[in-house]
Amino acid sequence: MNNLDIWTYAVVGTTFALYIGIAIWARAGTTGEFYVAGKGVHPVANGMATAADWMSAASFISMAGLIAFNGYGASVFLMGWTGGYVLLALLLAPYLRKFGKFTVPEFIGDRYYSKAARIVAVICLILASITYVIGQMKGIGVAFSRFLETSYAMGLYIGMGIVAIYAVLGGMKGITYTQIAQYVVLILAYTIPAIFISLALTGNPLPQIGLGSGYAPSGGEISLLDKLDQVVTELGFKEYTTQVLGSSLNMFAYTLSLMIGTAGLPHVIIRFFTVPKVKDARYSAGWALVFIALLYTTAPAVGAMARLNLMDTIQVGEVGSPEGNLLYEDRPEWFKKWEATGLLQFEDKNDDGRIQYYDDTNAEFAPKAESFGWKGNEMVKVDRDIMVLANPEIAGLPNWVIALVVAGGLAAALSTAAGLLLAISSAISHDLLKGVFMPSISEKAELNAGRLSMIGAILVAGYLGLNPPGFAAGTVAIAFGLAASSIFPALMMGIFMKRMNNIGAIAGMLAGITVTLLYVFQHKGIFFIPGTEFLGSMQPDWFFGISPNAFGAVGAVVNFTVAFLVAAVTAPPPDHIQHLVEDVRVPRGAGEATGH
Amino acid sequence: MTPENRKAYWRSNVLLLVVLLIIWFAVSYGLGIILVEPMNSIMLGGYPLGFWFAQQGSIYVFLVLIFVYAAMMNRLDKKYDVDE
Repeated sequence: MNNLDIWTYAVVGTTFALYIGIAIWARAGTTGEFYVAGKGVHPVANGMATAADWMSAASFISMAGLIAFNGYGASVFLMGWTGGYVLLALLLAPYLRKFGKFTVPEFIGDRYYSKAARIVAVICLILASITYVIGQMKGIGVAFSRFLETSYAMGLYIGMGIVAIYAVLGGMKGITYTQIAQYVVLILAYTIPAIFISLALTGNPLPQIGLGSGYAPSGGEISLLDKLDQVVTELGFKEYTTQVLGSSLNMFAYTLSLMIGTAGLPHVIIRFFTVPKVKDARYSAGWALVFIALLYTTAPAVGAMARLNLMDTIQVGEVGSPEGNLLYEDRPEWFKKWEATGLLQFEDKNDDGRIQYYDDTNAEFAPKAESFGWKGNEMVKVDRDIMVLANPEIAGLPNWVIALVVAGGLAAALSTAAGLLLAISSAISHDLLKGVFMPSISEKAELNAGRLSMIGAILVAGYLGLNPPGFAAGTVAIAFGLAASSIFPALMMGIFMKRMNNIGAIAGMLAGITVTLLYVFQHKGIFFIPGTEFLGSMQPDWFFGISPNAFGAVGAVVNFTVAFLVAAVTAPPPDHIQHLVEDVRVPRGAGEATGH
Repeated sequence: MTPENRKAYWRSNVLLLVVLLIIWFAVSYGLGIILVEPMNSIMLGGYPLGFWFAQQGSIYVFLVLIFVYAAMMNRLDKKYDVDE
């Protein structure tokens, strides 16, 4: 075992021991503790738990890579995944807390006085959460197999085992306190390397300021972003600070879909059921965003600096000069390591023994490349997901930092997986079992049912992590599309439109889901099953250039419109429902939450 | 709580929401996406301003919006005597 292995085992082992210790301390004894942590969580603590719940393997590992290669275009993720908290804090969280029940489908079922509405909500919740949880399971398996040299499957079993211990034993209570610990681990793991790298490139330890500072290696005369723009455009890539994702309209729709989707994701919403008061729910959303913003405002610097380091490693001299490109045999150690995983691939197309990394799809740059004797981009694969994990190695940081990054990635994946699994299991035991099939079930039996469905959900998630179905690749499109087009509009209209009735809400949800899913599935098949594609000859973004990932916003508009029109021509909701809405709008009397 | 009070409380709440959501829209979609090109001609340190709003500024504004909302609603709750 070398020094890095020892560090990695020590750091990951310590964090896992901590999570299990918390699980034993925070066992759940009642359904209230199992579903909503007894409603006694301090708003700042809940904010921290929400941040860990929310920031998944995608935020921790993938987002900086997306930023590194999409530049300005990746702003959709930065704004979309934070702006949703404004909607959550202003439009949903305080009112749903006042309502005071255990699950999101429960509100929809009660507000629209309809078991059918509740079941539609349960189906959306389970579909969105399952696709989301598969991504976390894969992240855990990959992190273990890359850094702890176990097999992918073994990594997955260890991850499932850890989640099972604290989620089954402690329910929401156990999950909340482990998420707080996981937040601390993941934020340290993310910011420490960023500080080191920012200091090296700009002389400023704060990455948020560093990104807007002078580029230190050239004396600080030129700003880091100008330097980056210059380096990438010299090699034919798009200018970093202005490249767009599709079109401006697509970026608009994408950002809106992610914002509405974020506000409608049940595993995030239920976190706001755990605080004592309505007032706390409002502040808690603010605290959640404080803790999320620590990572999200660091990510742009991580992405930009990783891109600059990568380009500088390969393009060592002037573009076009014979010695300007790195000799393949001189490639650094981290380069070899990632080549071994297949996530980084080099192919010497012009047999000069040097690496040429440029945009060979850029027709304007092609004549120039030809005059240099280049025969195509030789970095045939640069997987975006390696940027955060490889960053400390690229910057030459000590081994303990690399070990911490591994523990941080695992914390991000585990905390999100646990939150999702709780949302799934409570939908099964509370909404389906107690709400629909066995209303007379005792509290003790329901608690056991909750634990059993948690175990079931973990087994299903693990199985799907080992055998990922086609739809796992479309996680973002499906999870955010469903939340944006079905759950968010139903909740918002339930609070803000007293006149919205059962038929309108159900018609709206079904219309929103149908439109969104059909747009996602049109070219990849229904639920990504091969052979069921339709609209074959049309572009996937035929609707005004809006990509499938960005279509949830359109689905939400369809939902609102259909619901409004149908409700206008059908009977208004009964008096007691109108009173319920009035009651939800006023904070006083939130008190203890109940499951009845 | 009288029905009139209830209505007035709700109207103040909705008015506050609308104002805050206009700001929410203006900084992210307005300055960060729609007006990004003209904004980029202004520099904030080494940041083009439109780029800064899209990758940093809008997140800071979102934070301020939520805390302003929470504080203003607390005051409103007390005024109408519906606080907990």
